[in-house]
Amino acid sequence: MIAIWIVLAVVVVALLTTSVLVGTRRRRRAGQLAPPDQAPPTVEAPPRPSVPPGREAPERAAAAPAAPPAAPPAEAPPAPPRLRDRLGKARGLFSGVVGSIRSRGAVGAATWDDLEVALLRADVGVATTDALLAGLRERVRSKEVAGGDQLVDALRADLVELLRVGGGATARTGGADRSGDGAAEPARPSGRALRFDEEPGVTNVWLFVGVNGVGKTTTVGKVARQQSLAGRSVLLAAGDTFRAAAGEQLETWADRSGVEIVRGAEGGDPSAIVFDAVQRAVARGNDLVLADTAGRFHTKVNLVEELKKIRRVADRDPGRVTEVLLVLDATTGQNALAQARQFTEAVAVTGLVLTKLDGSAKGGIVIAVQRELGIPVKLVGLGEGPDDLVPFDPEEFVDALLGG
Amino acid sequence: MFDALSDRLERVATRLRGRGRLSEADLDEALRDIRNALLEADVELGVVVGFTDAVRVRCSGEAISKSLTPGQQVIRAVHEELIRVLGGETLKLTYASRPPTVVLLAGLQGSGKTTTAAKLAQWWKQQGRNPMLVGADLQRPAAVEQLRIMGAQAGVTVFSEPTDPVAVAAAGVEEARRIGRDVCIIDTAGRLAVDQALMEEVRRISEATSPHYTLLVIDSMTGQDAVATASAFHEALELDGVILTKLDGDARGGAALSVKEVVGRPIVFASTGERLGDFDLFHPDRMADRILGMGDVLSLIEQAERTMDRDSVERSATRMMEGRFSLEDFLQQLQQVKKLGSLGGVLKLLPGMSKEMRQAAGQIDDREIDRVEAIVRSMTPAERDDPSIIDGSRRVRVARGSGRSTQEVNALLKQFREMQKMMKGLGTGGMPGMGGMGGKGAGMGRLAGMLGGARGGLGGLGALGSPGGGDADLQQLLGSTGVPGGGGGLVGAKPSGPGAAAGDLGGGRDGQRGSGAPRASQGGGKGKRKKGGRVTPPKPR
Repeated sequence: MIAIWIVLAVVVVALLTTSVLVGTRRRRRAGQLAPPDQAPPTVEAPPRPSVPPGREAPERAAAAPAAPPAAPPAEAPPAPPRLRDRLGKARGLFSGVVGSIRSRGAVGAATWDDLEVALLRADVGVATTDALLAGLRERVRSKEVAGGDQLVDALRADLVELLRVGGGATARTGGADRSGDGAAEPARPSGRALRFDEEPGVTNVWLFVGVNGVGKTTTVGKVARQQSLAGRSVLLAAGDTFRAAAGEQLETWADRSGVEIVRGAEGGDPSAIVFDAVQRAVARGNDLVLADTAGRFHTKVNLVEELKKIRRVADRDPGRVTEVLLVLDATTGQNALAQARQFTEAVAVTGLVLTKLDGSAKGGIVIAVQRELGIPVKLVGLGEGPDDLVPFDPEEFVDALLGG
Repeated sequence: MFDALSDRLERVATRLRGRGRLSEADLDEALRDIRNALLEADVELGVVVGFTDAVRVRCSGEAISKSLTPGQQVIRAVHEELIRVLGGETLKLTYASRPPTVVLLAGLQGSGKTTTAAKLAQWWKQQGRNPMLVGADLQRPAAVEQLRIMGAQAGVTVFSEPTDPVAVAAAGVEEARRIGRDVCIIDTAGRLAVDQALMEEVRRISEATSPHYTLLVIDSMTGQDAVATASAFHEALELDGVILTKLDGDARGGAALSVKEVVGRPIVFASTGERLGDFDLFHPDRMADRILGMGDVLSLIEQAERTMDRDSVERSATRMMEGRFSLEDFLQQLQQVKKLGSLGGVLKLLPGMSKEMRQAAGQIDDREIDRVEAIVRSMTPAERDDPSIIDGSRRVRVARGSGRSTQEVNALLKQFREMQKMMKGLGTGGMPGMGGMGGKGAGMGRLAGMLGGARGGLGGLGALGSPGGGDADLQQLLGSTGVPGGGGGLVGAKPSGPGAAAGDLGGGRDGQRGSGAPRASQGGGKGKRKKGGRVTPPKPR
């Protein structure tokens, strides 16, 4: 009977709020609480003395926003950057820790602490870290692994295994087998490659989703360039109709890559834009539609519904959604896992793009995402330039994470 | 997520309940759980260690409280320490004697600087100032365009020129001076803390513009990297404060604690959405609740204070304690509570809820409340005052009048009787472990005292956990909540704006509020949340 809850709930809420109201009043009278408007002790920043403005040459050429230079699409594609090279700025943060473990002979309490620190600081998360270390402890106990060197190798191998497509669950951490369970929709697993169906009469649509500020639009721009250079005919859909100047931003990228773009009015229906894009792609003979979407929190139901609709519309013949790429910011902590769960449930994410990995953040949370949802990282963003996008390599990623 | 901590805390509390003294081992175990909870909330590891050490010191020095279990005491210490660290001094905004007051924003890519710049401009405009925006992000395509559009929405001039970041920033300040603006907000490009060239560039921007306030804009979902990034920016620029963004997500926001500890500067503002108005002063106590995964009780309380009739509530509460709580009181309270919005949503916010309660809270259908109300309304005032006079024929009448069945009427009366007994038990000290409260005054005072002291409703709700009477079902349902189990999470509850508690409860994971239509452009309505709240504007010089 639900009625009991009503009675209970009403009374509890009434009691709670009453007690607090009364309690607050009493304390205020007794002088124990400062009235709400009273300012706590303040710190004033003294005004700085004025300095004559300097005019110095910039270290980095500013991209003029008004007239983007059209990038000639006929240039030879530059050598694709390696993850290892681009992570140079941030590497070595932990080389001290892991390096010292390697050189230690025996494995002691300090070793486990150091490993835990290294993993937690990399945003691997408590649950995954505990599972990894528990597995390793067991192997050390059974003498399967002896000494710091072997221990680090074993950890490295475990991490790489967790990141293997179709792996994760099969690693020694004993997690429940979830590989292939997470993304319920895609008909064919495509491993780490970006799925592209060659069937005639099918327009591939790749959808880019994620929360605010992670780098979706920039990623779409980079993918447009890469796919274009690879010989595919790309059309962009400016599906972010909410953020001010989002369409302009994507249009700049379209110009840079020499691809066309479908835009709509600001505040318009993003599904309509994606639909138009697919229609246009058919008419013009484009192979691939890349659809940018507005950043949205997975907790906002109406926005998630909007996203579901975008996917549905994009998936209607002749369109076929062959990739739903969740863009994750490497600086994000444990919330990335919540994002992955919710977005997957809503629109069946097929792969992750991990951005801003050229910074100091390690992005270890993708391990938990793969472990729990079986979704692989497909691409890694390493900067704001058009070529700063590389395929994900688990070994290089783990090396960078452990710092050697 | 939130459940993990609340479950963990419940386990801790259950283990520690009933012991008079907190041993070192108990403290170790409790703190280990807290440590894990904080890590899961993205507090940086070094900060967690320092923090739990401070809590340990605080707990060791404390005498064991008479009214709290040891577990509750530890948690209260954690909560208070969090508030102390997150709060402390605020940044009182003063203005330059020679305008404009220059405000420089810096941070990583995607942290929300451009949106924040526009929000700041609007905020200052609402304070009666005359701000100007400078678009010095020449790196991100259409960044200046974005700022122009948002500036127009705020009704604020935007200055930019396609030269270079340092030059445009300096020119912007000069322009602000020329046209007589008193605040000049400079938006810069996002940059990695490890990018030496770009950090050098922002240092030069700072030198060229002599900002009065340099604020770091940081995303509240930032993980362990928060410390490295904040330290680097602080070292390069000497920050005056921090702005925390994207609090409308469900990230626990431990980065706030990390940054505060490491940079030592106040968190000034909290940004809670994509609209210009989603901006408020930072509330450390609400952030503390959020990091620990507890319900945002304070928003709820503020909402209650504003909407409920205090006298009526107080009278009813008094009668409740004395066991004289009648159906009439119940009906009045029902009206009051309805003003708070969706009951299920409100309940999820309350700490002190066991898992069973929270699950049931999520299932409450607000129409049920209407049905219950209808039944009570069908009674005469005499019947409401003394339900024992409701015999068979009266029940039939009430059932007919409200359109419900006699079984439902019976059930309501029975449950209400049980609740009355339970309430009486609370008020007159029939509570195990409470050490005898005696009398309504003491009962209320005790509860109020605990709630007031713990602010997050920590200890006080423990009082609700073990009723003196009531049948087994109630006991079980109220459950093992000796300790606040943590709310159902801050789904839709923002740490700013008291309107958040009621108006936007459904805007989160499970609710259905918010406009179903596609979002309009900014400034349009994405759910109608009243923007109330205490904003202490800086005093004009």
